[in-house]
Amino acid sequence: MKSSTRQVDGVTIVDLSGRITLGEGSVVLRETVRDLLSKGQKKILLNLGDVNYIDSSGIGELVSAFTTAKNQGGELKLLNLTKKVHDLLQITKLYTVFDVKDDEAAGVKSFSK
Amino acid sequence: MSADRVSYTLDSTLETVNNAEETASRMAAEAGFDDEEIMKISMAVREAAINAVLHGNAYDPSKKVTLAFERTARDLVIVIRDQGKGLDASRIPDPLAPDNLLKTSGRGIFLIRSFMDVVEIHPSHTGTELRMIKHVHGNPADSKEAPQ
Repeated sequence: MKSSTRQVDGVTIVDLSGRITLGEGSVVLRETVRDLLSKGQKKILLNLGDVNYIDSSGIGELVSAFTTAKNQGGELKLLNLTKKVHDLLQITKLYTVFDVKDDEAAGVKSFSK
Repeated sequence: MSADRVSYTLDSTLETVNNAEETASRMAAEAGFDDEEIMKISMAVREAAINAVLHGNAYDPSKKVTLAFERTARDLVIVIRDQGKGLDASRIPDPLAPDNLLKTSGRGIFLIRSFMDVVEIHPSHTGTELRMIKHVHGNPADSKEAPQ
């Protein structure tokens, strides 16, 4: 999995691509989010538009990222879910737990100032 | 009707998890499932392989995972076995319970059950056998040979 970050109006957008799975993307996601939080970048928008596969380990890593950010006074939201990821979050009942956006500009604006 | 069977003996490694997923995807495609069903089958097998490698065999290099596929006219039957202590599925918390929604693990068996038509878990002191079935809807091999 590949990960890159960019700043838009005080929000860190993390563009992820590839698979978030055990032994692959899970570690990348974990380290990326931890690194951002340690640098005080606590408004995080995970762009999953190019994430084409996620397994239970990846789901667990998304949950961990969400709770870690929240516990540190931050906010982590999801952007541009693919159908596969959307369906997985639906059947695991996590779709209502995460704040999911489908428009980047609206997603950025949704963070508290 | 004769059945097509193939089985593999695999090490307790992450590579096995990826190989199991890829093999399942190929077998499901050959059985005539559509893309969405192929994804569900391959993901169920990936989750079963994760359970076998991580939770069953605990990456022990002396322990193996066996993965078997059997295709019949009506079903794709997949059996995966480990050599661990035996999985007591009744002790796995419901991942959809409100108190468990934010747990970072414990969704594998739930996903397998969501994606497959039949799932049986047979634990013993010599390991766990997980048997899962996906029903074949239609038979593309037969339809190819049907007169036009």
